[in-house]
Amino acid sequence: MANATITRVQPTAAIATSWRALAILLLLAAATALPFGLSGYQTFQITLALAYAIALLGLNMLTGFSGQISLGHGAFYALGAYATAILMDRFDWPYWATLPVAGVVCLIAGFLFGLPALRLEGLYLALATLALAVATPQLLKSKLLEEWTGGVQGISILKPDPPDFLPISADQWLYLFTLAVTALMFLIGWNILRGRVGRALRAIREHPLAAEAMGVNIALYKSLIFGVSAMFTGIAGALGAISVQFVAPDSFDVFLSIRLLVGLVVGGLGSISGALWGALFIEYVPNIADQISKAAPWAIYGIFMIGFMYAMPTGVAGGLRLLAGRLRRWRGSTE
Amino acid sequence: MTRERRTMAGLTTMAAWLLLAAGPATAQDNPTPGVTATEIRLGQTMPYSGPASAYGTIGKVEAAYFAKINDEGGINGRKINLISLDDGYSPPKTVEQTRRLVEQDGVLLTFQNLGTPPNTAIHKYLNQKKVPQLFVATGATMWGDPEHFPWTMGWQPSYQTEAHIYAKYLLQNKPDAKIGILYQNDDYGKDYVKGLKDGLGANAAKMIVAEVSYEVMDPTVDSQIVSLKGSGADVFFNVTTPKFAAQAVRKAYDIDWRPLEILNNVSISIGAVLEPAGLDKSTGLLSAQYYKDPADPATAQEPAMREWDAFMKKYYPEGNTADAFNVYGYLAAQTMVQVLKQCGNDLTRENVMRQAANLNLALPLLQPGITISTGPKDFFPIKQMRLQRFDGKRWVPFGEPITG
Repeated sequence: MANATITRVQPTAAIATSWRALAILLLLAAATALPFGLSGYQTFQITLALAYAIALLGLNMLTGFSGQISLGHGAFYALGAYATAILMDRFDWPYWATLPVAGVVCLIAGFLFGLPALRLEGLYLALATLALAVATPQLLKSKLLEEWTGGVQGISILKPDPPDFLPISADQWLYLFTLAVTALMFLIGWNILRGRVGRALRAIREHPLAAEAMGVNIALYKSLIFGVSAMFTGIAGALGAISVQFVAPDSFDVFLSIRLLVGLVVGGLGSISGALWGALFIEYVPNIADQISKAAPWAIYGIFMIGFMYAMPTGVAGGLRLLAGRLRRWRGSTE
Repeated sequence: MTRERRTMAGLTTMAAWLLLAAGPATAQDNPTPGVTATEIRLGQTMPYSGPASAYGTIGKVEAAYFAKINDEGGINGRKINLISLDDGYSPPKTVEQTRRLVEQDGVLLTFQNLGTPPNTAIHKYLNQKKVPQLFVATGATMWGDPEHFPWTMGWQPSYQTEAHIYAKYLLQNKPDAKIGILYQNDDYGKDYVKGLKDGLGANAAKMIVAEVSYEVMDPTVDSQIVSLKGSGADVFFNVTTPKFAAQAVRKAYDIDWRPLEILNNVSISIGAVLEPAGLDKSTGLLSAQYYKDPADPATAQEPAMREWDAFMKKYYPEGNTADAFNVYGYLAAQTMVQVLKQCGNDLTRENVMRQAANLNLALPLLQPGITISTGPKDFFPIKQMRLQRFDGKRWVPFGEPITG
């Protein structure tokens, strides 16, 4: 009986793989064509959502895969945004060249923050990172950094123009640029998480002692993934800054970190596609809440959050997986 | 099997993105965006959520006032539709919401967007798009710059204007004053200090004997007050936000420093500042105001205040009638209505700016003698304030309005 199932599944899987490749290509093509059917505002929104998706993927590596809760990723988002804004504004760097720098700065900052954070477990780490998030806006306003950060006034940056040979608008160009970076970051993220590293991280999350016994260098993995996670979030911040064309301390308050964590949990912890769902939640749900009630937008936001958690306790990605499984079983039983 | 399932999830995700993003796209190329035969559409961003949500009532009272105007027939038969969106006082959100207002909702103009950082974030964008950014709800001085930003206009007196007024008062009434300044070390604080120095002119160097600052993150300003007292100042210019203002007033009293205290308009709330500081310790404080206080029994019986009260009961019953912001928003909305009336049937963005820069308006809820006036080179609608003194219970205005 079991043998029969396996022989039946194999060819299906092979077909599914080529189908999958084709479908991904088709959807990527559709995503590329997307801005041409949208207004500039909608293109801008979805560009921001893409940036959030990268940030969530970064946070997911840390919180979803290795189980370290961070309430402070808004700080790395801010760091990346400011790195880009300062390079573009003070040093006239082209926007694309600032992304690697923002990434490296955040990688180092994240790694350094990860070292002392090694001593902190679970909720204690959450508190330490929360301190980072709370301090960020005030640090950005500080007198010492004002020459670079522009203080409370922030920094306005110019929107990048599309290359001359392309007859598209600046918004469309920025979307395509962000889409390409997002695809690249997800490819990198997928490669990091699907193999040895991903397994090691999950082992650390599930049972640190057992992971250590299996030869996983916990300290190294934890601080490294802190750095990589910060790098992803920093690049997201840089993309966000380029599309918003403005950075200021008030842009990166503690709510940003919390929204990121909410997006992550709603999207699905420990799932790559969950980052995309979470980004949609971050970008669109506050707008929907505002549409429903001006008096209590946060209450509506809360209802959405509870609703999602109740209906899909493993996040949207987990919920869909469950649904797909059920569908398949149902199909199997009717065959 | 799991891989396949994961891919399925991934594909659904992407498909959902495409669907969500592809909402209704509206092109806005008509010559008078936001205007039809029956409607004038205005846009606004307000902090209905987040740390500055106490200001949200301004947006609500403005919408309520437009509802009243609509009930009375609108403007030339057109109803005002204010689309007021929440930005949580977060500049990226302001950019997003403003782009929605301009590109999707196609508003004629933006009205009373609140806060300096949010307005800074959309300053360039709105001017590039030539969309009026009218009567922004912030006291920074940068909004009255028609040469570089012809589509942006402030409304309330700027911080510098207010400081000019104190300078004039001091030059006239206390020309030998020794002034000590405490200010918050950011643009808001520096605006006030610059205004005072400009207002004092050549006398500034002689009259200002001490300038100390504090950071928003400082726990207290006690040491600053001690050093100001040590400087021998007999006038204390208190440029602080509510929490620090209360600390400063109390500390000065407690160490027996009794200068003439000038408190900036930002912190004149009795409930949030003077009560925590101690009403007895606050007695004698000097400040400036430009509109009438709804909690003041002396003005409560005036017809204009009763009309406002009736308006609040009918159109905004959940609003707090002791909250001065509800007078502020009412006045700003009246200014907006006047601009739209002056536009007549020529409701283009160009004409809106022309009419906004051609105001001469007396509103009954402004302090007597204060008017709203603008010109092609004057983008500061309110330039006058009246001094007021705290008598231990309430602020008592005195003297004629002073132009800053």
